[in-house]
Amino acid sequence: MTVQDLGRHGLQHVGLCPGGAMDPVMLRLANALVGNEQGAAALEVTVLGPDLHFERETLVALVGAEFEADIPVNRPVLVAAGGHVSVSRAVRGARGYLAVAGGIAVESVLGSRSTYLPGRFGGLEGRVVKRGDVLPLAPESATLSQERFQALKHKRGASVRWSVPPLTVPDREPIVVHAIEGEHFADFDASMQRVFFDTVWKIAPDSNRMGYRLAGPPLTRAKKDEILSGPTCLGSVQVPANGVPIALMADHQTTGGYPRIAEIASADVPRLAQIAPGGTLHFARCGLDMAAELRKDAKTRLDTALRGIAWEYGK
Amino acid sequence: MARLAPLGIVPLGDCAIYIEFSKTLDLEVNSAVQRLATVVHGRALPWVRDVVPALGGLALHYDPDHEALAGNAVLTAANLIEDCLKQGLPKPGDLLRTVEVPVCYEPEFAPDLAEVAQAAAIDPQEAIRLHAAADYRVLMIGFAPGHAYMGGLDPKLAVPRRATPRAVVPEGSVAIANDQTVIYPYAISGGWNIIGRTPLAVFDAERQEPSLFAAGDRVRFKPITRADYVKMSTR
Repeated sequence: MTVQDLGRHGLQHVGLCPGGAMDPVMLRLANALVGNEQGAAALEVTVLGPDLHFERETLVALVGAEFEADIPVNRPVLVAAGGHVSVSRAVRGARGYLAVAGGIAVESVLGSRSTYLPGRFGGLEGRVVKRGDVLPLAPESATLSQERFQALKHKRGASVRWSVPPLTVPDREPIVVHAIEGEHFADFDASMQRVFFDTVWKIAPDSNRMGYRLAGPPLTRAKKDEILSGPTCLGSVQVPANGVPIALMADHQTTGGYPRIAEIASADVPRLAQIAPGGTLHFARCGLDMAAELRKDAKTRLDTALRGIAWEYGK
Repeated sequence: MARLAPLGIVPLGDCAIYIEFSKTLDLEVNSAVQRLATVVHGRALPWVRDVVPALGGLALHYDPDHEALAGNAVLTAANLIEDCLKQGLPKPGDLLRTVEVPVCYEPEFAPDLAEVAQAAAIDPQEAIRLHAAADYRVLMIGFAPGHAYMGGLDPKLAVPRRATPRAVVPEGSVAIANDQTVIYPYAISGGWNIIGRTPLAVFDAERQEPSLFAAGDRVRFKPITRADYVKMSTR
């Protein structure tokens, strides 16, 4: 579990990736549900959730992966001063975002509150949040929480009678991930290209915020020459010499010397982030036009959900 | 050199594009790519998110839905590059910065120095002298924040990467492999041969300029004693 926002941008030329929430769609929704601007810092909960104690009255929302929790999910909930929230295991999806009114008030580093674990900065002292940690909230969080909860229309008890759809969380696996041909796609012969698209890949246990290792048949490159190290991006699928592809995720390296067979369509990266180790996916071929359609669809769905939330707040 | 022209402009997913000038490491092209990156960056275009110079080309990371792209990022990027090249690049000397890096080559910081010296059939003191005497250029920053790949290593010191990478290389370690030298910005796994350590922070998120190096910088190493290292260390 780490503190994440929408990341730090504009520093890839010095080797720093933007980072931020693995599933920015769900982070945006979580923030909107508690009345925050979309890029406020929240807790990114991966597979296993925490027990939280709230010193002050706090409006919270747990959004994304379907967690077993003692609060209703995907909606705003007003937690009383001294109240507890217990989040256990994700039964569907991998990442939940727990947003609080006013955001998590850790210090901003290079323009972001996101935790960058490899560099040990950002978030809470640059590390994962552990048992016993105290997370700083905005000084006015209790007032904001009360005011915002008051503004909500269809309340029921300490929550509301509606919820937002967990847009990126898959109903079933394997999920389909759209992939654009990478610079070195043609270095793989036709049979290997088919293997790439025909295989149901399984996310290996040693996957993390930097990258997902994909277990399946090894991909061998026909061309054996070393390639010159070049740029990578969020969603690049690299194939090292051992043939096990690595999909680059939020905390990825900005350059790499491995062949890139494909890049995942940007609209599908948040969906991939919702697959935990052991989960499965397969790749579907995609061009730039289709990637643009996927972005447009994803934006429409997000905007619709955001408009719904704004309406419930009387905006 | 001949007029610089891209070999190809290929999509890097749907939010970035790679403008390639060379498939092999060519120092003139590498320098031109870095200068081109400063020109592109200098235009401060609203649709451009990041300009990343690499060894043989540069990546433009962009907002794919920005109206300025009119739905065709590849064409817009190609036009931008052509226009920047037409405008002309600054001369190599105009932007040159020299960064001096103190390095302590004492054995406790240099676990692989003896092996490197042995492979080069020279004594360790000569290996240190050769490493510190050379004039380096930052060819690319990548792998980790502030991690600079520096060219210019004396060919006598050219040794391959270690067969088995170390699980943890200490922060600030100065290492060599093939014809390059690097400094590990923080404790991380790595397979390069460690021959010293700098007390400087190569990347410090709290600093105004977080990265000590930029692509294209000239770098000199200055041998320091262990006492100097301790005095200068920020860790």
